[in-house]
This record gives sequence, C-alpha cells and structure tokens, in this order.
Amino acid sequence: MTNVIEVSNISKQFKIHHERHKSLKERLLHPKSGTTELFSALVDIDFTISDNETVGIVGQNGSGKSTLLKCICGVLQPTTGEIRVRGSLAALLELGAGFQHELSGRDNVYLYGAMLGFSRKMIDNIFDDIVSFSVLEKFIDTQVKFYSSGMYVRLAFAVAVNVDPDILVVDEVLAVGDESFQAKCLDRIARFQDEGRSILLVTHQADQVRAVCDRALVLDGGHLIADGPVQESLRIFREHLLDDAIEHDLAGVQSNVSIGAITTPSGSFDVRSGAGMHFDVEINSEGPYSGNFVLEFFTRGGLLVSRSDAQGSPVNLHPGRNSVGVDLAQIPLLDGIYDVNVGIVDTHGNTVIAWKEQGATIQVIYDGREGGIVEMGASIQQQ
Amino acid sequence: MSSATPAGVPRRPIEDAPVRVLSARPNLLTRLKNLANRRELLTSLITSDIRIKYKSSVLGIFWSMLAPAMTLGIYFLVFSVFLKNGIPNFFIYLFSGLVVWNLFQTAINTATGVIVDRASLVKKVSFPREILALANVGASVVYFFIQLGVLALVLLLVGHAPAWNYMWILPVSFASLYFFTASVAMVTSALNVYLRDIKHLMEVMLMLWFYLTPIVYSYENTISLKLHRHGIALLYFLNPVTLIVLTFQRVFYVATSVTSTVAPHPILSILPTWSVSHFLFLNLALLAIMVVLFLVSLTIFGRLEGNFESEL
Repeated sequence: MTNVIEVSNISKQFKIHHERHKSLKERLLHPKSGTTELFSALVDIDFTISDNETVGIVGQNGSGKSTLLKCICGVLQPTTGEIRVRGSLAALLELGAGFQHELSGRDNVYLYGAMLGFSRKMIDNIFDDIVSFSVLEKFIDTQVKFYSSGMYVRLAFAVAVNVDPDILVVDEVLAVGDESFQAKCLDRIARFQDEGRSILLVTHQADQVRAVCDRALVLDGGHLIADGPVQESLRIFREHLLDDAIEHDLAGVQSNVSIGAITTPSGSFDVRSGAGMHFDVEINSEGPYSGNFVLEFFTRGGLLVSRSDAQGSPVNLHPGRNSVGVDLAQIPLLDGIYDVNVGIVDTHGNTVIAWKEQGATIQVIYDGREGGIVEMGASIQQQ
Repeated sequence: MSSATPAGVPRRPIEDAPVRVLSARPNLLTRLKNLANRRELLTSLITSDIRIKYKSSVLGIFWSMLAPAMTLGIYFLVFSVFLKNGIPNFFIYLFSGLVVWNLFQTAINTATGVIVDRASLVKKVSFPREILALANVGASVVYFFIQLGVLALVLLLVGHAPAWNYMWILPVSFASLYFFTASVAMVTSALNVYLRDIKHLMEVMLMLWFYLTPIVYSYENTISLKLHRHGIALLYFLNPVTLIVLTFQRVFYVATSVTSTVAPHPILSILPTWSVSHFLFLNLALLAIMVVLFLVSLTIFGRLEGNFESEL
C-alpha cells in the first residue's frame, strides 16, 4: 500500500466580486466600487488515497467536489495546505478542453498528451491504440473543428485513458455520451481497477459510487463529513440531504419523521427464493404527514436490484407511531444477502423526508441451479 | 503489478513514481523545476502556435517574413529616401535593429492576451500557466531566426562582411533579449487577466518604445550629444532593448562612423566606438540583470496566478 494522493489540510477560498470593473477607465472612475467577498469552497480537507483504491466523492451541487478535484489535478492552487500526488494523473474533467480547433486530430492528440504531461515518444507508442479506441481512423487528419461533439469527446477520452496514468480522475463524465460510450468508460474503469491503479470518481449519483467504488468521501459545504466504506458514507450523505431538507422546510410539517425498526412476523429475515415475505416498518412522526414510501433492495456488491415506491397512493402518517406493512408476493432473488433501504419522500418524489439505509438485511436461500441475482425460470429444450 | 501497457512495456511500480507537491504558493525553485519538466509542452505549443497561424494560408510561414519585409521597406523609404538621413547601406542598419525589435514586439503583442484568450484551457487543464506566454515568445524566436537567416543572405548578396570579432557577443545579447522579452510577456499576460486594458496599453506603449530605441535613427548621430549634455544618457540605456540593438548593429552594420551620402558629405558617427571587451562587459551585465528580472517576473506571475480562476 502506497499513498498516491495525500491531501493535507487544504482550504480553498475564492474571491467573489460584486460588480467588478474590468477596464482601467472604470477602475479609475470608480476606485471604491464593487465589493469583494471571500467564499470558502473547501475547508480543512484531509485524506489519503492509496494505490489499488477506487474512491468516490459525493456531495450536492456546490459542496466543493469539483474544486477539490481541480486542486488534486493541479488546475487550482489550494489557498492553504498541500497535496502530494505520486505518479502520473489523467483527468477526465472536461474532455477536449485542451483541443485546438484549427489543428488536426493527430496534432491534437500530441498536444493534449503534452498538456497531460506525457512526452511525444510515449504518445508515439500508443498513438495507434488511441486512434482505434476512438474509432476515428478516417478522421484523424481532419481538423477537429469539423468533428461532431461526440467525436471530440471520444478522441479526448481515448487520449486520457490510453496514456497509461497511475491515477485516473473522473468527473461526472459517465453522465455524457451514448450508451456504448458509457459502457466503454465503465469497462476502462474496471480494467484500471484490475490493474491496481487508483481511481477518483466524482459524482452526485449514489448508485454509481455503489457500483464502482471501494470507499467514498462525502463533502458538504466544503467540509469533509464522511470518509469510509461506501455504505456508511452514503448513509451519512443521505442523512445530510435529509438535514438540509429539514432546514429548508419552512412550514416545519415534516420535521421529525423517523424510521424505526423493521420487523417480520416470524422475527427472521431468511427467506426461500420464490417465497413471499412480509415485514412491518415502524415510522414515528410528530405531526400529520402525507408522503410516498420508498423501498430499495441492494446486493452486497452495491448493485441496485429494485426500487419501488407507493407512487399515487401516499402513506398518511398521523402523529405518533405508525406502521407500514410491506408485502413481497414472491421474491425472485437468488442465493445471497440483500440490504433493504426504506424511506419516506414527499409526494413529488423530490425530497427525502426520512431514510433508513440498511434498515434490514435479508438472506435469500436458493437451491436451484441458476446463477446471478434473479431467477428467470428459464427452461431449455432442443426443438 | 503484473499488468502491462498497451505497448507491452511493464508498468513502473507506483513506489518509484515521482511525487508532485501542489501547494498554495510553489517556491521559485519548484516553479523552475515544473517549467523544465514541461519542456515538451512548450515545444508542442510553439509548433502548434505557428501551425495554426499559417495553416489555412497559401503562402504559409512565408507571411512571417512578408510583414517585416514591408516594415523594412517603408522605413527605408521614409528615413533614407524621403528624409535623406545620409546613412549609407541604411537598410542593413535598419534590418539588424528590426530583427531584434520584431522578436520583442511580436512576442509581447501576442503573449499579453494569451491567458485571457485561452481561459477555458487555464481553468481546466493543469500545467504551468506561464508556458502559454513563453510559447508565444518561443514562436517569435522562431521567426527571429528565420529573419536572421534572411539578413545573413542579404549580407552575402550585397557582399557586406559582418564584424566577425564582435560576432560571438551575439549569443549573450540574444539571451538577454530572450529573458527580457519572456519577463515582460509573463507579467503583462498575467496583469491582463486583472485589467483587460493592458493589452491595448501595451500596443500603444510598444509604438513609443520603438522610437525610444535606436532602430530607425542612429543614437550616436542624433541624440547622444544632447542626452549627454543634460546628463541623462544613462536614462536612455535603461531600455534594455537599446544595448541589444546596438550590439546587433555593431555586428551586422559594422561601421562606427561613415561618410554621409548627402552633400556636403560630412562624417557621421553612427555607432558607439566601444571595444569588444566593453561590448562584452555591458552585455554580460545586462544578461545578469535580465536573468534576475526573469526570476522576479516568474515570482510575480506566481503571485498573480493564484486568482486567475475567479477573474477569467
């Protein structure tokens, strides 16, 4: 285990100008006008990432994720503190930001490679891989100003992942591009993981973190509020979203809705595949509230198996203790342990009112021959 | 790690990888080291700069010669033919000063706006930002050498021998020119981020600066005496370009005093009569100052760089 990224106590402040005059004339005419405000985008962030690790950074918009990433990539300088980065780093930040429109794809590959810090010789060695990965063989000598936006992104991505970086930094790019591009992206990430490289993934999609990362950091308002296993961090992330929702709730109706214990009539969470199951969820509410009940099933690997909500038929909570029954007619899951998350969201489905991560863990027992997570009930016969 | 790169070269173990330290204010040594590490980027940027400039033009890089040739022709016409300054072989005198000036002017004019123009890059890709300004200086250096080649060709054609015994001072003089141009380019490009007027201001300043430098007139012949009388000759030499221009003129134009081509053909003193060792001493002193200036400018750039992202 070697630390590849060491972030020690970094803070970043931005100056925000209100009505700033940019030209000399305006400055001379209004010497005092325009106020400057300091905004702390990051406050005392401290963590390390070692090789072989895939770390997700989650947080709401404006929580400082991208600022932190830009500091690690060296695009921004931290105001205080220090970051040590071991080895080469390729960032899929803004794909193609370094491209020169007037130059051909070929020239841009070299220029972009040089920007990422790779020598001409190294690019020579992998040039063919880059081109074949980008599927732009026909257009590589065309000026990139004639490229479509998709070709543009493909070429930039091909450079970034083929330059053999020790650390790969990915920022929300998985959200862009068509499905095959996304698949290619995820495929590369998986290969990098297998090769023991470090990956830093920034997203606000919890599912993506669950699917890819070993560890997650949670940022909130520039503070690092969690650093640990994905499940644990995401729980904290969700709770914070919750706190924020409560803070922003002026009417105060939904304050203090909380989810209590999840119980089954038999007391056991073991179930046979294909059998039904019933469990009761205890919900405590201080006031009357009407919202939707959300139920999620996850594999231990972090894959979302199912998410369902009682859309259209809200649960009406009355003050005090409520009980919501969940009936699962038939569980088609195969052998394994599944985590159950339950929550209450508002009727529009936008705001989480109460959430319980890993409220229950069910164990499914399956003695058939299918593999995977879902029983398809396939029967195979030769016609 | 057992994995291999696509090229089949085994990956370097991560323990051996170099460590980069990113902190609030990298010190001068770190800055220089970062610059040295990114030489390749500098050459890439210079070549792409030149390529982009002449990519879609038929005459290509030939254009980089045409504008200076035009300037040379016009000045020759105005000062030698119309105003009859009486300097023989005036175009050689002009040319040797203009190659120096063209480098300085082209570099400053292109570099001052470069960080603002390439804001998207500055905000998204990590590299020492001063490289953008230095790349423009580098492109001007390329044009400089092309022009120097043309000057040599012209000398050969007209059979005008340069002062060989002064020739070896040129590299020192050129180094001063490079460091001075790079220093000004870095500072103006950074200042322009905060105050967009700098670009326009520099264009006007350069016009004035041009006439403060003895290129279209001879320092010795016109203003030297007057400056000395008022005791402000030193002031004139505060302009670093002056000494560099004088050195180039001494090497290529050679003659320190000539017979005027205009009747009644008086003797004109054109260039300072300094000896080789005096020229060398002055140039070495200038180089030392310029290297210090370069380091200072790099530090200033580093200070200004910290807030680029909130200004762009």
